[in-house]
This record gives sequence, C-alpha cells and structure tokens, in this order.
Amino acid sequence: MAEKVIHMEVHRDDEASKLGMWLFIFTELLLFGGLFLVYSVFRAEYPANFHEGSLELSVTIGALNTIALLISSMTVAMALTAIQKDNKKLAMQLIAITLFLATFFLFNKVIEWNAKFEHGLYPGSPLMPHLERGDLLFFSLYFFMTGLHALHILVGMVLLTICFFKVKSGSIHSRKYVNLENGALYWHLVDLIWIFLFPLMYLIT
Amino acid sequence: MANNTTHTTEYRVLAKVLLVLMFLTFLTISVTSFHLGAFSVTVALLIAGVKGFLVLTYFMHLKYESTLLRILVAMIFVLYSVIILITFIDYAFR
Repeated sequence: MAEKVIHMEVHRDDEASKLGMWLFIFTELLLFGGLFLVYSVFRAEYPANFHEGSLELSVTIGALNTIALLISSMTVAMALTAIQKDNKKLAMQLIAITLFLATFFLFNKVIEWNAKFEHGLYPGSPLMPHLERGDLLFFSLYFFMTGLHALHILVGMVLLTICFFKVKSGSIHSRKYVNLENGALYWHLVDLIWIFLFPLMYLIT
Repeated sequence: MANNTTHTTEYRVLAKVLLVLMFLTFLTISVTSFHLGAFSVTVALLIAGVKGFLVLTYFMHLKYESTLLRILVAMIFVLYSVIILITFIDYAFR
C-alpha cells in the first residue's frame, strides 16, 4: 500500500441549506396567513368599521413603502447576481442600497404610527377600549400585523448587514454564497407579505 | 455538485420584473381608488396574487429551483386555500 489518498473535504450542502430556509419561510407564510384569515373573518363581520378604519390610513405612505420594498427586493436579488458574477464591490453597494431602503420603510412607519398615536390610537391606549368593537378589531389587527411585519424588516436588516460584512471579508464569494441567498430569500418574504398587507389594509375600503 | 446547477438571473430580467411590479402597484391603487366594493377587493387580491407569483418566480428564483421545492411551495398555498375555505364554510353555516 504505497499510496494513501487523503480526502480533505469540508462537507457543504447548499441545496439542503436552501431547503431549510424555505421550510422556515413556510412557517412564516402560515403565521401571517393565520393573521390574514383573522382579518378576513372580522372584515366580513364588521364591514362598516373596517371600511372606515382603512380610510384613516395614508395610501401615500403605504404606496411609498410598497415601492421602497419592491426596489429593495430587486436590489438584493441583483446583489446575488453580482456575487455570482464575482463582482464583490457591486454586491456590497446593492446590499447597502437595500439596507437604506429598509431604513426608509421604517422611517415612514414611524411617521405613520406617530400620527395614530397623536389621535390616541395605540395598543393599550385609554381610548382603545371605548371604540366600537369593529374599530377596536381593525386597529388592533392593523398594529399587530404591521408591527409584526416591521419586526421582520428589522430581522431582515440584521441578516443583510451580516451578509454585507461577510461579502466584505470574503467569506461569501462567487463559489460560496448560500448565506446571501438565504438572507435574500428572507428579504423577499418580507416583500411578499407586504404585497398582500398593503392592499388589504390601505386600499380595499 | 450542487453548485453547478445554480442559475444566475441577469440584471436585465430583474429590472423588468421590477417594472411590471411597479406597474401592477400603480394599477391596484388606481382601481381601488374608485371604491367599487366587492369588485375592488377581487381585483386588488388578484393583482396581489400576480405580484406575489412574480416575486416567488423571479426574485426568489423558484423558476430555476428543483421540482421538489416548487411542489412544496405550491402545496403550502393549496394548504392555505383549504384553511381559508374551511374557516369560511364554518362561519357561513353557524
């Protein structure tokens, strides 16, 4: 036995990582799906209150945020293309633009919520228990759903910031980018949820 | 080798998808601004469905993923539709 072949191989299964990410996305879809279901049922039960409630929301801010999220979803998809094409600098720029748009989204959310807070509408406010049942349900669902979505924006920003530094340090590169791919998938999920949240909350009156 | 099968989506394709998404957003806002009741709801949800489909297909590149994954994603939406259906049947016949 003169020759001994030593295998130096780090086990890596990108397909499995991606499948894992997708399974997590399924749980997220069902989580928000459940909330959409609660919304639909109560909407059917209190159509007048939900109609008036959604008239209170600013379509302009909602539309601006929709556009911001759509663009950011494209830029993060482009960041993945850039890293696959070995263009590290462009990938970092595109992730930075995505993070900027995410901040813009949250900034708008703060303005929007502040306007509601000034009218005494916020979870647990003294005014809320005196509202009609339908109004109470609409605004509770509004704060809970947009709040949970905003939380997902924050988590997505943390994930993409990590990806940004991993691209910078070179641990994500043109032959190993599954982390960025999964981070991008999470960001698209946040976009996907907003695509349904925007018309349901702001547009359908 | 798992990595060799990966598909790279061109910048051009992604930009086009964004344009369509923007157009659809504009369309929903203008249609719902007429307050046509049930018609608005149907149109808004249909458009949201198309937008969601585009995001899943191109941005989340399901178009280039394995058949297994595509079936799994489709099944989640089938499952969700069944849940909606059962809930509303329950509410309708109480």
